[in-house]
Amino acid sequence: MAKAYTPGLKVTPRTTFQARRLLPLSGTVRVAKGDRVTAETVVAETFLEGDIFPIKLAAMMQANPNELPSLMLKKVGDTVEVGEPLARTKGIFGMMKTEGKSTAKGIIESISDSTGMVIVRGPKLAVQVRAFVSGTVVEVIASEGVVVETPAAFVQGIFGVGGEVCGPIAMATKAHTEAFDESHILPSMKGAVVVGGARMTAGAIHRAREVGAAALIAGGIDDADLRDVLGYDLGVAVTGSERLGITLIVTEGFGDIAMAARTFALLGANTGRMASVNGATQIRAGVMRPEIVIALDQAGTSEVFTGGATAGILEIGTRVRIIRDPHFGSLGAVGALPEKPAVLGSGSKARVLEVVLDGGERVTVPRANVELVGE
Amino acid sequence: MRIVATDCGSTTTKAILIEEKDGVFRQTFRGEAPTTVEAPFADVTLGVTNSVTELQELSGYQLIADDGTIIRRTSRSDEAGCDLYISTSSAGGGLQMMVAGVIREMTAESAKRAALGAGAIVMDAIASNDRRKPHEQIQRIRELRPDMVLVSGGTDGGDTKKVTEIAELIAPARPRPRFGGEYKLPLIFAGNKDARPSIERCFGGEGFALSIVENLRPTLEQENLGPARERIHDVFLEHVMAHAPGYDKLIAWANAPIMPTPGAVGDILQTIAKGRGINVVGVDIGGATTDMFSVFGGTFNRTVSANLGMSYSISNVCAEAGMASVLRWVHLDMDERELRNRVKNKMIRPTTIPQTLDALVFEQAVSREALRLAFIQHKAFATTLKGVQQQRTVGDAFSQDEVGKSIVNPMAMDLMVASGGVLSHAPRMEQTALMMIDAFEPEGFTEIAKDSIFMMPHLGVLASVNARAAMEVFEKDCLIVLGWCAAPKGEVRQGKPALSYTLTSRAGTGAAQTGTLMGGDMKLVRLAPGIEATLEVRPEKGLDMGAGPGKPLTREVTGGTVGIILDARGRPLRLPETHAERRAAVSRWLAALEVY
Repeated sequence: MAKAYTPGLKVTPRTTFQARRLLPLSGTVRVAKGDRVTAETVVAETFLEGDIFPIKLAAMMQANPNELPSLMLKKVGDTVEVGEPLARTKGIFGMMKTEGKSTAKGIIESISDSTGMVIVRGPKLAVQVRAFVSGTVVEVIASEGVVVETPAAFVQGIFGVGGEVCGPIAMATKAHTEAFDESHILPSMKGAVVVGGARMTAGAIHRAREVGAAALIAGGIDDADLRDVLGYDLGVAVTGSERLGITLIVTEGFGDIAMAARTFALLGANTGRMASVNGATQIRAGVMRPEIVIALDQAGTSEVFTGGATAGILEIGTRVRIIRDPHFGSLGAVGALPEKPAVLGSGSKARVLEVVLDGGERVTVPRANVELVGE
Repeated sequence: MRIVATDCGSTTTKAILIEEKDGVFRQTFRGEAPTTVEAPFADVTLGVTNSVTELQELSGYQLIADDGTIIRRTSRSDEAGCDLYISTSSAGGGLQMMVAGVIREMTAESAKRAALGAGAIVMDAIASNDRRKPHEQIQRIRELRPDMVLVSGGTDGGDTKKVTEIAELIAPARPRPRFGGEYKLPLIFAGNKDARPSIERCFGGEGFALSIVENLRPTLEQENLGPARERIHDVFLEHVMAHAPGYDKLIAWANAPIMPTPGAVGDILQTIAKGRGINVVGVDIGGATTDMFSVFGGTFNRTVSANLGMSYSISNVCAEAGMASVLRWVHLDMDERELRNRVKNKMIRPTTIPQTLDALVFEQAVSREALRLAFIQHKAFATTLKGVQQQRTVGDAFSQDEVGKSIVNPMAMDLMVASGGVLSHAPRMEQTALMMIDAFEPEGFTEIAKDSIFMMPHLGVLASVNARAAMEVFEKDCLIVLGWCAAPKGEVRQGKPALSYTLTSRAGTGAAQTGTLMGGDMKLVRLAPGIEATLEVRPEKGLDMGAGPGKPLTREVTGGTVGIILDARGRPLRLPETHAERRAAVSRWLAALEVY
């Protein structure tokens, strides 16, 4: 067999990108098929049921739970404010009455005569979904959301933190191999998606937050710098909800590693264009990689890309990146795909492939330790 | 007789063929294919058909019909087909449950034990005294998307108010099930029987599919997990599986109910422990989680350490254990900064495998810590019942017996079973054995084995329909015996005699091998698989092999792919404190056991 499926990251100068923008539960779609939208347009919204607040009212008034319904001043469905009396005891000869007051604002949902608990439900919470990319609404999914389509340049990163942001692309380094530190961050980069070459340092990240950059993109990041920025050691790669004030994406991995030349050139060629960026990464249960979408004016391709994990076929000549030491980060092309498993330096037996590195050297690595590079 | 069994895992569906030949059941062929629960296939039976097709190609029997279904034989003389088809499943993330009880250490813990024992992942355990405020509990319930909920609380005839309070929090929070809005969330009540009317009032309306079973803690002194576990299995089939893509077909194909994978592993370990009259610890270390199972004195426990694993969770293992704890097992020079980056790179590219020896050494060091932490969690969970009122006489006043004490006793552990990538695929069996010993610190005499191809789930279901077949395959094909570990409990004096031994083999000349081990040393005595021998260990004063300090003990042992490991490092295991001494000691142990 001279072919094998292997995962890869998508990097393409032009594709037709579709963003599926769905509400977490059913609601109202605010746009129609064919509408032009910007990244900031609210395309759908809904209201989540409000938070619920249990109030141990009978206990508060030192009354028996089964008496509570007869002591209530309010009934199910009534609106109440914080501090408003909900119930009052009968007292002794009409004196020394005790009041139970609401500790929450909302609507009374239930009154329990077995536990003496009153449940107040708070106001509904609005949930809005924005378009994320500028483009055209090509599909409306009733009560759920829309699909927005645009011709776009697209880069999938390997890891990111922080959520969805938009901004113009600004190149901070001249070369894909150039280290990326605070000296590369300028005040003019406020609101921008800033691209550096090799490893982004903690200094660069802190400086970028100071100037108000929207996102930083680079080849690598050091684990120690990530810990410094997050304030904790990331245990599991499920990210996107961090509130750092900036989104960070690395395209290659952890450590001193340059961005792939093609990726750097692609981002450079789009300097000044608006990019929609999302650092959300989830490696478990439905792979999600961070993404950089640059909406283009000209027509896309017939190929439609909707994000998510990609995979392709390994063949002789396929461009690959080695993703594990001792050749971590090296790029090359598949030179041979031996049929039989080989014994590795570790002593394990595994199926391998031969990679002709860009420098000409031929190395043998496990098939599990490469990923596709290319379109 | 011909039996086909599949296990539909999250990524791979594994099929095995079991055949009865000359009156003995043996596992003969195995096949695997990617699991097809997710889009674009969205039908689990496609993966089953593909994996069984591989069995068909290897065995030469026609097992799959033209329409993709599994062929059944009408008589034993039929060439094509099988007589029995069974399956387990952990696809789509397995069975995910939320449990609730009144007191965290009592009914909530019993509910957790019931859910774990049934093979579930417990997403959270809500209790009146879990130190969260009611609104925080409600927020948590709303965030979770469980497959089902188990509510317990109160002893029969006791107070009903507290358990009703818990129900009144859960009902309005309206936890949403994982599988879409049309689905009624199954909720099992296994609490105080007097609270049933108020529970029916809370959950009887829209949104919940309520079922009521016997109280899982009818009295403080008694745990009755069986009915709740059985109901969990039923609900898993009726609701959860029925909503997963293709499972309606799979259920119809199978001759026995589809079981959650870990539930089936638990069942086979219980069968083995009961059949052989021994105490067993089993572990399955995966990329994301580590499952631990134990049967001590007939009591079964299972825990899932959700974020202790070797790929997705490797970074979490290093964070929880600390890099210093991981590196203490490493005998080679390694740069910590580079290692930290390597760990993160493995986390984001979890399918990569170690290519170099130092990468392997490091991963096996991480695995020791993952297993050690998972075992600590397991020991803390597998306890005698908490909250039990004890009548004490004056004579008991000085007794050290306590409630809530761990029943997992390393000295009473007869057999350790290893499974999961890092243990099963280690290039040398000596590596697997040492990882298990370092992590679990067995005391006295302990047999070590590994699950050859992770066959335990299949055999767990098989045990429910054909116990003899399950036992025979388990003993002959599933378990690969690595050997035995003999390790005295107690603190050793470094460099001073700790134990002497005599190993008398019943094979060949029957000549005895004898020797003495110094404190801090290990020794491997090869004894080929299946060879029976007598091992006498004479510990020095203060050290205990199980007969009491300083007392010799003899045990019948059998050889394995590794042999007999004598461990005179002492228990609890303490590594030397200075870097140089520690590295020298680790290097010595690795050399003694011919690990790398």
